[in-house]
Amino acid sequence: MNETVIHVEGMGKRYRVGERERYYALRDVLTRAFLGPFRRGQRRPPDYLWALRDVSFDIRRGDVVGLIGRNGAGKTTLLKLLSRITLPTVGFAEVYGRVGSLIEVGTGFHPELTGRENVYLSGAILGMKKNDIERRFDEIVAFAQVERFIDTPLKHFSTGMQMRLAFAVAAHLEPEILLVDEVLAVGDLQFQKKCMGKMEDVSHSGRTIVFVSHQMNQIRRLCERAIWIDGGRLRLDGPAKQVVNDYEATALRMEGSEIEQAPGSVAFRRWLIEHTQSNQLDLDDIPEKIVVKFQAVVKTEVSKGTLIVSLRSDENAILWSAMYPDLQMKPGPLELNFSFANLPLNPGIYFWEIRVHDGHQWSEHMQVPEFSVLAKTDTDVYGYLKGALNLDVSFDLLARTEYNLERS
Amino acid sequence: MSVTAETPLLAKPPVFRITPPSRWWVLPFGELWDSRELLYFFVWRDIKIRYKQTAIGAAWAVLQPLLTMLIFSLFFGKLAHIPSEGLPYPIFYYSALLPWGYFAAALQAGTNTIVENQRVITKVYFPRLTLPLSSVLSGLVDFGISFVMFLVLMLYYGIRPTAAALWLPAFLLLAVLTALGVSLWLSALNAMYRDVRYVLPFLVQFWLFASPVVYPSSLVPEKWRWLYGLNPMAGVIEGFRWSLTGRDSPRGPLLLASVGVVVVILLGGVAYFQKMETAVVDLV
Repeated sequence: MNETVIHVEGMGKRYRVGERERYYALRDVLTRAFLGPFRRGQRRPPDYLWALRDVSFDIRRGDVVGLIGRNGAGKTTLLKLLSRITLPTVGFAEVYGRVGSLIEVGTGFHPELTGRENVYLSGAILGMKKNDIERRFDEIVAFAQVERFIDTPLKHFSTGMQMRLAFAVAAHLEPEILLVDEVLAVGDLQFQKKCMGKMEDVSHSGRTIVFVSHQMNQIRRLCERAIWIDGGRLRLDGPAKQVVNDYEATALRMEGSEIEQAPGSVAFRRWLIEHTQSNQLDLDDIPEKIVVKFQAVVKTEVSKGTLIVSLRSDENAILWSAMYPDLQMKPGPLELNFSFANLPLNPGIYFWEIRVHDGHQWSEHMQVPEFSVLAKTDTDVYGYLKGALNLDVSFDLLARTEYNLERS
Repeated sequence: MSVTAETPLLAKPPVFRITPPSRWWVLPFGELWDSRELLYFFVWRDIKIRYKQTAIGAAWAVLQPLLTMLIFSLFFGKLAHIPSEGLPYPIFYYSALLPWGYFAAALQAGTNTIVENQRVITKVYFPRLTLPLSSVLSGLVDFGISFVMFLVLMLYYGIRPTAAALWLPAFLLLAVLTALGVSLWLSALNAMYRDVRYVLPFLVQFWLFASPVVYPSSLVPEKWRWLYGLNPMAGVIEGFRWSLTGRDSPRGPLLLASVGVVVVILLGGVAYFQKMETAVVDLV
């Protein structure tokens, strides 16, 4: 039943960087041609950058695969290759089925044309036949909520309206294989929810989706499988949860130069929950005290630092927040311990935000990896909190001699 | 919303095989045919955009050749007394300005099409040949409008169409193929070397005088006619004049040379364009 729809074998893409400008003027070419013979020994070999290297994987029909990795790791290049927008330097891929790619929202939109005309144009560019567009026209307009303005020129639309319309067109493509590149971050929260819902519908209809996102909660929600691209190479390919956890655990740890470049005197590196040694909390297995540890590096001494920490919902609403003034921090590794007597959270995704003000500026705040609260039993939950919000916390600042957040 | 029934099953050859650019170039006829609707949309878009927010709109399609014809008739005809093979000056010039106007406009649009559409080609895949193809085809609408004007002129001067008029579609096709061939080269070149766009007006100007628009090709000595015919527009324009007015047959060697050159330019253009396609997307 589940045959392969995308087969990638040893695919790599190389770009030339450095010496070459994005485009030449004939003048440059001519002068180079004339003076070339006189410039012996000065020519440097061109520098190459492998945006993608030796990537191989198979995707079966109906798979919903998340593609994760840092910015510049090669995810968009991979999508562009699979969409045939550009061709590989080595290796090959085979695609069985019609591909629809959403690499950008609003592809083909022209401000002088009306909304209606743009729907047709954009739909055609994305690969829809005229009949398909006509058939789904009303649906598209209704999804974008722009019925009243559909016949006015696009330049009179607000940016939000334009983006909604663009996404609405793209969402109604019906390809067998859908490649999506971080385009779900458009519009207001309500619209984003709609988009996510639509993506879920598409995945349930049996289509194959490859989906790039930086929001791990989206990947967790939509995908069963994830592929991690790091520095152009395929680093991990497996069940979404596992790959995402690994990615968060390593990729978001600041190393070396990043610490130096981070603003402020304190750079945060990792955090974890002591008794689970991870960023997950299982409601069915809670000890007496829940200890949350943050690890930071103090770059320059802080004498009257202010620490602000907050616990936020997945929609960035602050659930709990505390401020600790007049802290003294000596240079070196630092551990910040928060002991919670209780943490009455319902299952879901939460974020920590923590930052330090050293008297001049704020440090960069840590928001990921996400804090997942799980429960094995399927509870019918509403809202974030169980009962009244009465958190009993004790706070400790401990200077360490080495980086080690394991059990103390 | 179920997956369509034509979904390929196991053992069916892949719909697309994505490999590094191959040595051989193949004309993607199948793909182009599949994208004919997109081609239609591109042409439609170009035409809609062209006259949005203009005061006179489509009337420019008539005014341009008309005004040029008047100026030519006055200066080259009446004042300079350039021979016109027995035709009234307006007819002589307009019959040449018809294909020439189309050619110059198509070239202008075609050269810039890749750069103009860079956002789209770097974000979605469709056969890139549709772009220069659409700029060349959208010029035909303006051509049609100015053609109607020409019919009016013919009526006024009492020129009656002869059997030669049946050849008109062939010469129109030749004009389209010439415009396409040159546009393919120029659009790819322009994406790499942006000054092509600025060289273009000079190129067109020079080409105008190298073509029998302002003067008849009978001015060229007989033995050099074939050389002159290496300019494909020479064949096109003489052909237009002949089929529209019935005067004099198109010079054999000239026409042959023109057609030959068009074929070479077109095939070369398609090959060059395809070779540059990927490099252009990476560069643009």
